[in-house]
Amino acid sequence: MFEQIIYYIFAGLLIFSASMVITVRNPVMAALFLVLSFFSSAAIWLLLEAEFLAIALVLVYVGAVMVLFLFVVMMLDVNLAPLREGFARYLPVGVTVAVLMMIAMGLVVSSSYFKSDEISAPVTLGPGYSNTTELGQALYTDYLYPFEIAGAILLVAIIAAISLTTRKPRSTKAQQPALQVQVRKEDRIKIIKMEAEKQ
Amino acid sequence: MILQSDIVLLLPEITLLSLACAVLIIDTFSRDPLRNVTYLLGQLSLLITAILVIYLYPDETTYAFGNSFVSDSMSTVLKAVICVITFVVFLYSHDYLKKHEWMKGEYFVLGLFAVLGMMVMVSAYSLLIVYLGLELLSLSLYAMVAMHRESQSASEAAMKYFVLGSMASGMLLYGISILYGVTGSLELDALAIQISEHSEHGILLVFGLVFVIVGIAFKLGAVPFHMWIPDVYQGAPTSVTLFISSAPKIAAFAMAIRLLVNGMHPLLGDWQEILIILSVLSMATGNIIAISQSNIKRMLAYSTIAHIGFLLLGLLSGSQEGFAAAMFYVITYALMSTGAFGIVILLSRRGFESDNLDDIKGLAERNPWFAFIMLILMFSLTGAPPFLGFWAKWFVLKEVVASGYVWLAAVAVLFAIIGAYYYIRIVKLMYFDKPETMTAIKASQQMRFALSINGLALLIIGLMPGLLMSLCITALVQ
Repeated sequence: MFEQIIYYIFAGLLIFSASMVITVRNPVMAALFLVLSFFSSAAIWLLLEAEFLAIALVLVYVGAVMVLFLFVVMMLDVNLAPLREGFARYLPVGVTVAVLMMIAMGLVVSSSYFKSDEISAPVTLGPGYSNTTELGQALYTDYLYPFEIAGAILLVAIIAAISLTTRKPRSTKAQQPALQVQVRKEDRIKIIKMEAEKQ
Repeated sequence: MILQSDIVLLLPEITLLSLACAVLIIDTFSRDPLRNVTYLLGQLSLLITAILVIYLYPDETTYAFGNSFVSDSMSTVLKAVICVITFVVFLYSHDYLKKHEWMKGEYFVLGLFAVLGMMVMVSAYSLLIVYLGLELLSLSLYAMVAMHRESQSASEAAMKYFVLGSMASGMLLYGISILYGVTGSLELDALAIQISEHSEHGILLVFGLVFVIVGIAFKLGAVPFHMWIPDVYQGAPTSVTLFISSAPKIAAFAMAIRLLVNGMHPLLGDWQEILIILSVLSMATGNIIAISQSNIKRMLAYSTIAHIGFLLLGLLSGSQEGFAAAMFYVITYALMSTGAFGIVILLSRRGFESDNLDDIKGLAERNPWFAFIMLILMFSLTGAPPFLGFWAKWFVLKEVVASGYVWLAAVAVLFAIIGAYYYIRIVKLMYFDKPETMTAIKASQQMRFALSINGLALLIIGLMPGLLMSLCITALVQ
């Protein structure tokens, strides 16, 4: 009972903060609401006894990603006015399409297939259960192959980010004495034979 | 449990990953501004991987890593073809990057990682692996498009590709999550069994299927998910366009086979109908809009869309022979596209992309041999006998008729005839118009050699298509 109350509190908080992320005008506020939604989902994961994932979510997303994101939002002076210009004009069409999609998808998904009584409640495991161990076991045995591919994807992301942002030292206007010393006469002087012009 | 035999099956991928990392490190320490070492090592890695793939040709279909990896004839053939095509792409790209003084080692490193992603996709036998392989491929491609930072059009193309590509990945993932939610399995075999057992969940399965098809159609570039193709093809540096238009199409084909045939064969009737619409729309849009293009890269982009329509015809015929015909088609298309963009690279020079139709005017006067190669490529893309492109269209049409869609074959032929106009217009420009410039064509010996082989291959394989076809049949018909 107590768990259910906690669940509903955090689930409600999650939905509230997630909808605030996309509706508030201030981008800094939006980023902060995103932090709140990460926190609430971490709490829900804790209820599922997935402590490691919950802590990783807070540490990685809240601690690192979102802080960086906030920096970017604050550093870049994004002018949001032009982005909002067409909002009122496209609103009717957008809302109509969205509502139609919602109804169509709702009709398919919410029918009897995903009823709550068809899905069994998660089993509570005792205090001896370690989520971290289980996760590690699964990652390095059953899911070794996808785990390695994910590692390769992260490596590609690093290579891409570095190659897209580093500037080569060549573009700086530093002098290179070694090359200056090696210069030969032929490189710099062009001797042109021409007729003497009349004075 | 990880068995030793699992590791052996995965050896080509492991080797490629290790070699790509080695190339990355060597490139970091290389001081050569021309990046010759990186380039040669990259080519060597592809060759080693291709040899390993062929050496490990399985006698029977084998699974590894708890049924998430499959090694069968199709995966072997497609992986080898991907390695060979990428080898040719690297060869042309090296020339392009040197010509435009924009040599970057990361180009080849990311190319190798893209090949790894394609190999993962080709051998994927679980929804999770399909998705991860696709992401590995796409992420490398986004970075390659954006790599030319000074070019505004390349940045714009990269941004469009990235945003639309992420949306398509999201769609695919949503479809996968629905399928997983209904059947409770990620492995494709188990998925097929679950689907045939739980026919009462029909609507929900088709709901998931639709999103999966959106993902596949986006990666292939089928209408109406084709918006990115013209912009990315035109905006990206020609060497990257060349890469995107060749090997990844083969991987996308393999993804379609894995998901639709291996995973969702019980839903054949449902995806057949969807693919018919996609196919007809692609052939119509591609062939008709290509007529009005004045940029060769953009024209070839619309031609890609039209060819994807034809490829889908093979898939939707639903028989093993039809899939083999589609495989034949995609390999042929990759060869033709590599050659066509190769010619664009050949004609370009420093600071000048040479991608307008006017730039190809009078090529026969400037260089008769490469005008002839381009002639072969264009006739092959049209589908004129005796070139390889004719057989690709022929086999696909034969299977479509065999599966009872005679009207569809008639529509396909009609659009192919419309398409012939813009291919043959290039031949007309090359042979009957006066050149606008007589600048000599600058290209390395190996580029000239490879491009000649590439063009002549279409003629030679076209004279004896039985060999490639029997390869495709053994790959797909169990």
